[in-house]
Amino acid sequence: MPRVGCFISNKEFFLKIFVNGEPKQVADTCSVQDLLAEMEIVGQRLAVEVNEEIVSKSRHADYSFKDGDKVEIVHAIGGG
Amino acid sequence: MQDDKLIIADKAYNSRLLVGTGKYKDLDETRDAIEASGAEIVTVAIRRTNIGQNPDEPNLLDVISPDKYTILPNTAGCYTAKDAVRTCQLARELLNGHDLVKLEVLGDQKTLYPNMVDTIEAAEVLIKDGFKVMVYTSDDPIIAKRLEEMGCVAVMPLAGLIGSGLGICNPHNIRLIIENANVPILVDAGVGTASDAAIAMELGCDAVLMNTAIAGAKNPVLMASAMKKAIEAGREAFLAGRMPKKAYASASSPIDGTFF
Repeated sequence: MPRVGCFISNKEFFLKIFVNGEPKQVADTCSVQDLLAEMEIVGQRLAVEVNEEIVSKSRHADYSFKDGDKVEIVHAIGGG
Repeated sequence: MQDDKLIIADKAYNSRLLVGTGKYKDLDETRDAIEASGAEIVTVAIRRTNIGQNPDEPNLLDVISPDKYTILPNTAGCYTAKDAVRTCQLARELLNGHDLVKLEVLGDQKTLYPNMVDTIEAAEVLIKDGFKVMVYTSDDPIIAKRLEEMGCVAVMPLAGLIGSGLGICNPHNIRLIIENANVPILVDAGVGTASDAAIAMELGCDAVLMNTAIAGAKNPVLMASAMKKAIEAGREAFLAGRMPKKAYASASSPIDGTFF
């Protein structure tokens, strides 16, 4: 199965993960980088953690999700 | 005054005004106000990206570039040491290893008063993890000293509640904290207008951090400029040393040579 399209409907190969609190179905081969590509936010200034552990930028391509992973993608916004 | 630098974590800054980026109308106003303030250190908050919402919308850090400004990520909104530590770790990843952070752990939604027990707990973890911690604190001189001894690179007592604009509510405590300090002391929170900033600097603060006093003004860009001048004026007045106060008048013109 090609590693394109993180958000798929093929029920044989999906994982359920939570991205910023929202449930998402993704391909079982989906990496952090694939997810960011799907969300069209590759290359933006952001940080990713999975299950409260940082996934550094150098690991985005290699890190594949497991069922039930809780993913947080954050960026900087205005604040004091 | 060229040599009068603010030194935080071994880095020298010309401006003694630090500003936040919250509550502005839009990113253009944010950029213009920060430019007018002359600030070199700028705080940001760390939040979830808005999934599926305007991926083309400019990012704050495209407007306030880390190449131009020292970005100071905060832990605003954190009510536990754990959340604050996690926020700092995400901020360091976001900013490619930049490890200067503003630690604040809040205790109460109504006052946003700092929870010092969790603040100290978070500071310990962060310092051990290599962070350079600028810490928001209550104006308790004993706590302030403790935070310095732990290794915080700057101690930042509130002068009034966050966003209140109440001014320097307890100048005596701020003075006590400054007297005992060996790290920069910054008033963080409470400033409402330019004279408040000048008072903080006249007390001997090393710098002032503000957000709402600028963003909440009718004309934020003009207020940013006013704050820049107030900080400079207050600093110069502090260095100059004010005249002693007297209970009675003292004529400025000589008595000798009067012809009447």
